[in-house]
Amino acid sequence: MNENTTARAKRIKRGLDSRVLAFLSYFINGVVALFCLVPFIMVISASFSSEEAIKLNGFSLLPQNFTLEAYSTVFKEPSVILRAYGVTIFLTIFGTVAGLFLQTMTAYVLSRKEFEWRNKFSFFFYFTTLFNGGLVPYFVLMTRYLGLKDNYLALVLPLLFSVYNLLIMKSYIMGIPESLIDAAKIDGCGEFGTMVKVVMPLLKPAMATVGLFIALAYWNDWYNAMLYIGKDEMQPLQYFLYEQVNNIEAYKRLVESMGGGSTAAVSAMSMPTQSLKMALTVVVTGPIILLYPFVQRYFVQGITIGAVKG
Amino acid sequence: MNKNGFLHKLKKYRVFLLMILPAVIYTLVFSYIPMAGIVMAFKKYTYAGGIFNSPWNGLKNFEFFFKSGQAFLVTKNTVLYNLMFIAFNTVLQMTVAILLTEMKNKHFRKISQSVMFLPYFISWVIVSVIAFNLLSYDYGFINGILTKLGLGKINFYTTGALWPFILILFNAWKSVGYGSVMYLAAIMGIDTSIYEAASIDGANVFQRIFKITIPLMMPTVIILLLLSVGGIFRGNFDMFYNLVGKNGTLYNYTDVIDTLTFRALIANNDFGMAAAAGFYQSVLCFITILLVNKLVSVYNKDYSLF
Repeated sequence: MNENTTARAKRIKRGLDSRVLAFLSYFINGVVALFCLVPFIMVISASFSSEEAIKLNGFSLLPQNFTLEAYSTVFKEPSVILRAYGVTIFLTIFGTVAGLFLQTMTAYVLSRKEFEWRNKFSFFFYFTTLFNGGLVPYFVLMTRYLGLKDNYLALVLPLLFSVYNLLIMKSYIMGIPESLIDAAKIDGCGEFGTMVKVVMPLLKPAMATVGLFIALAYWNDWYNAMLYIGKDEMQPLQYFLYEQVNNIEAYKRLVESMGGGSTAAVSAMSMPTQSLKMALTVVVTGPIILLYPFVQRYFVQGITIGAVKG
Repeated sequence: MNKNGFLHKLKKYRVFLLMILPAVIYTLVFSYIPMAGIVMAFKKYTYAGGIFNSPWNGLKNFEFFFKSGQAFLVTKNTVLYNLMFIAFNTVLQMTVAILLTEMKNKHFRKISQSVMFLPYFISWVIVSVIAFNLLSYDYGFINGILTKLGLGKINFYTTGALWPFILILFNAWKSVGYGSVMYLAAIMGIDTSIYEAASIDGANVFQRIFKITIPLMMPTVIILLLLSVGGIFRGNFDMFYNLVGKNGTLYNYTDVIDTLTFRALIANNDFGMAAAAGFYQSVLCFITILLVNKLVSVYNKDYSLF
């Protein structure tokens, strides 16, 4: 009887602290998740709101006076934004395929134990993460010595190779049983053939992970475009958005300084500036947001591997 | 022929060497040549002379950089921001990871983890639009709420003192999903029998977390901490430039070494001072990484990087 009550008391006590923890876990993580989601909803809402409503009430959680005006302004001349999309898609596909191949090939060589110089080469690559020349020599190299101003290579090359991805790839390859590689060698495969025919098919999850890391870097890159691209028609998507958002602000300030009387000012007043910015942002963000639930698990894999072997 | 001779090995490894050649050339050109380019910090850069034929300038560039009064400010900002990011992010990401494993409802756990990962996938350009949406003086969501509550509006874009908080929050926002994954992996690696033993001994759930989960996460936490300390002199240029931009009124609170270097180079075309600031940063980074690696190897030899 006595034992029974203490057992029950224990169960009740455990029940209480579990309940408190359960509440905390749902509450705190719920709030954090909400904070992560709500800003996106506000941008989408603003893109569907009328300009007058935004001017009157500011941005809000839900659309005000629902309208597609901002989107019709964005797509009035669809060629501009479609071209930026085209540039980004081209860079992402080309850069990812080339970067993935380069990194896999390098990681394969560095993982082959019979290659006695592999540690020396690993250090050669690794050292670049410890020390670098900084922005200025890199900028001078790109613009003056390689002459890559207004050249798509200036957008491809800086993101092509990363030591972090190389290390992830290497640790995946190290996980492949060596006997498989030896067997391929006995069957008469060369090193390159072994890599393409035996190792790469086994590396599909790794290639997906690293490929997505590279693809995301290309998709989101605006910095290299800011440094090396002057021509409007060569702008990738993110830099296009950056320029547009800044131009809209600059244009608005210019018009305000001219006073309200001129015709330019009147037409600028009727142009949806705030909702336009938000609509542009939605159009630029769109694809990545639609894709991310599908690619997220590969990122999780990659981060976990990266954490184990920094 | 000498079996261990260099030429013999060159021949033996020719396929390996050919396969690794593109990456070696790439790294030489894009990483090692810029390292040699740090001599620019000691030169009076002229376009005609380029990196190697411009005249020497002694320590003038450094003198200019340190006497500008900016050097101390940006160093202090860079270090303080990074320390605050590291502290806040570590606590938040650990909390989120521990609480995620405590969630019994699988769907809720999956959904909240996915939602927290969302900000990681967007560029800082988009984050800057989101920030404007929240912080704008005329239209911002926060000022909208303040007005509705009958309180005065805050002009975020001219109030420098608020920016440490704004930047810490946006930094945490963008990295919470990504960062918590590493801690989740550490928790998943803990042997469940330890928890069973503890619950038989009558430990409550909080004791379980503070006496088992957190101590056993510590190796991961310390390694990640030390790695981020290694980058303490690097500013997150992408974030600072997009959120603060060319807003000079905020520089006292928000300028870091990277943004100063960038402005000196791009806006002022001052190659000498930009190179000096960059050199200063690279050397500080290198020294901290060496120190941190020493600490890591004292803590656990397996984790040291070289």
